[in-house]
Amino acid sequence: MNQGVPLEFYIIVATIMFFTGIYGFLTRRNLITILMSSELILNSVNINFLAFNRYLFPAKLDGHFFSLFVIAVAASEAAVAIAIIISIYRRFSNINVENVNELKY
Amino acid sequence: MADFGYTVWILIVPFVAFIVLGLFGMKLKARISGLTGTTALAIVTALSYATAIRYFWGAGLVDGVFQKIIATNSTWLTLTDHLHIDMGILLDPISVMMLVVISTVSFMVHIYSLGYMKGEKGFERYYAFLSLFTFSMMGLVVATNIFQMYIFWELVGISSYLLIGFYYSRPSAVAASKKAFIVTRFADMGFLVGILILSFTTKTFDFVTLTDLNGPAITSTGGAVFMGMSVMTWSMILIFVGGAGKSAMFPLHIWLPDAMEGPTPVSALIHAATMVVAGVYLVARMFPVYYFAAPEALHIIAWVGAFSSLFAAVIATTQTDIKRVLAYSTISQIGYMIFSLGVSGYGGHDGLGFMASNWHLFNHAMFKALLFLGAGSVIHAVHSNYMTEMGGLRKHLPITNITFLIACLTIAGLPPLSGFFSKDEILTAAFHHDKVLFAIEYLVAGLTAFYMFRLYFSIFHGHDRQYEHKPHESPATMTIPLMILAFGSVFSGFLPFSSLVTSDGAPFESHIEWSVAVPSILIALAGITVAWVMYKKETTLPDRLAATFKHSYKWAYNKFYIDELYLFITKKVIFKRVSQPVAWFDRHIVDGTMNGIAWVTQTVSNRIKGLQSGQLQQYGFIFVSGAVALVLVFIYLVK
Repeated sequence: MNQGVPLEFYIIVATIMFFTGIYGFLTRRNLITILMSSELILNSVNINFLAFNRYLFPAKLDGHFFSLFVIAVAASEAAVAIAIIISIYRRFSNINVENVNELKY
Repeated sequence: MADFGYTVWILIVPFVAFIVLGLFGMKLKARISGLTGTTALAIVTALSYATAIRYFWGAGLVDGVFQKIIATNSTWLTLTDHLHIDMGILLDPISVMMLVVISTVSFMVHIYSLGYMKGEKGFERYYAFLSLFTFSMMGLVVATNIFQMYIFWELVGISSYLLIGFYYSRPSAVAASKKAFIVTRFADMGFLVGILILSFTTKTFDFVTLTDLNGPAITSTGGAVFMGMSVMTWSMILIFVGGAGKSAMFPLHIWLPDAMEGPTPVSALIHAATMVVAGVYLVARMFPVYYFAAPEALHIIAWVGAFSSLFAAVIATTQTDIKRVLAYSTISQIGYMIFSLGVSGYGGHDGLGFMASNWHLFNHAMFKALLFLGAGSVIHAVHSNYMTEMGGLRKHLPITNITFLIACLTIAGLPPLSGFFSKDEILTAAFHHDKVLFAIEYLVAGLTAFYMFRLYFSIFHGHDRQYEHKPHESPATMTIPLMILAFGSVFSGFLPFSSLVTSDGAPFESHIEWSVAVPSILIALAGITVAWVMYKKETTLPDRLAATFKHSYKWAYNKFYIDELYLFITKKVIFKRVSQPVAWFDRHIVDGTMNGIAWVTQTVSNRIKGLQSGQLQQYGFIFVSGAVALVLVFIYLVK
């Protein structure tokens, strides 16, 4: 029906973005980078939502709404996360995630 | 019917004195607290005497029978519709008599202690305990039901414990107080079980109902039979076990000699005159039940009493600690009373033993308190308990000497002193009941005279010893009670006791039976003469006799090794064979299970706590790996 880009391409891009995000989340030391990685993960999910909505249920708008919702949540999450990072910086004078390990056994 | 409601103050006054002295005694001057206790006792004594006079020569006698008057009674604890525990005051001949005995002796001891305990540390504590004891003992004798009696019985036990351990810095006193408490508590367990069985059978605790001749206790057929005796008999035997523990009857007598670690006035009050006769009082109180419903129990009582009196008298002849001699003498005399109840019949002249027992209780309280207080006076002067370190004291302690001599003559049973009358009645009752028991008691009468005069001659005659300082007569606060008690010992024999205290409440005439009295006077004189020969002048005769009968002397001197036997049973048998395995099981199996669970938890948590590293990315990694693993599981394994 749709002669444009096939669904698989969207999924491949989304998957690459997702695992790039996961990799960045698990390996970067800088909290800002970790935050950025989590944005990547969220956006890869958004791509999936939109692609599946477009290809499977073109008459519906659920996927659109959901990705708008995710964007809103991601924005507020970024606000909170940056606030946390600032206060971490005040406390530890850096934002290396390995230093933030007070809550342990 | 006259109002006896005021008798409740006999209980309230000493209790208030106990509270006041116990709480504020430390703030009062020692002398003030002593006087407070003594004043409270003076009030109690006055009330008791007033009650006795009003009861015996007034309101008590209706239609020629002394009534049981419930002065006050209120339900304290309701168990079922029929079974409830009351608190109240029951006045009848024996309880009124006990009121007089306790208040008199306690009052004398209070006065005496003002001198004897002067300057002791804890003077106000001492008076607080004395007040507590008086309160409990009064509550015990006026109890309207057996459960109230049991409650006060335990209170008496605890005050006895507190007073024996009064010198709590002395290890022997602490050991003695513990021993007294444990032994009596052990006996009280029998008492409690007896009460429970009795109340189960008769559905009542009330003394008036229990001793009613048409009541459930006496008319019952005795219930089921267990090991050849009815349940009723068993319950009465168990109740007597409690009485035997308190009254130091064989084989539960071991605590009484050790209880002499307490201050001497306490020994006079608790361990001679009042508390130890609680067992006699208990049997007297339940006497109709014993006589009609449990004659086998009464038979046992007679033998226990007779054996204890003989046994203790033999030991008393060999002891050298004067307070211990008196302690064994107490056991012996209480054995007399218990025995006398055991051979008594019911009603009229048949109840001679009952009357004699109570009379002897009354007289014994006087002369034994006198003996103990006299001994206290001697100890006060010489600072020793051992008669081997005494001698020739009659010159230094004239008043003590005379009063002590009177007491010795009284306990030996020479006319016209009080001990003669009651002992004669006991022997008469025994003579008509059982000749063997009579023979035992007759022998004990002689032994009593012997060991008392052995004591008397050793202390007051012979030549002076080396004393630390010259012995001097005690102060007036100590000698006046001695004189009053001596007066009581001499003249209480002239009370018309058989027209006051009888088994069924109806007065009867009792006469001295000279066919029994003359031989008993003769054996008493014989005992005194032997003591005179052996101890008046210091000779080697006692030592030579002891050497001749080396083994029997050694046995008696070591109290027939009863203490050792108890130690053997408790340490070697119970501790080693029962308690140790149980302790091992508890320590290794029960505790081991719990410790094992704790150990496993701790070890596992030590191993895995590294997971909680605080490293955010580590958590993230584990989470992602888990998610991936789940996805793989759902894709490939779950079809």
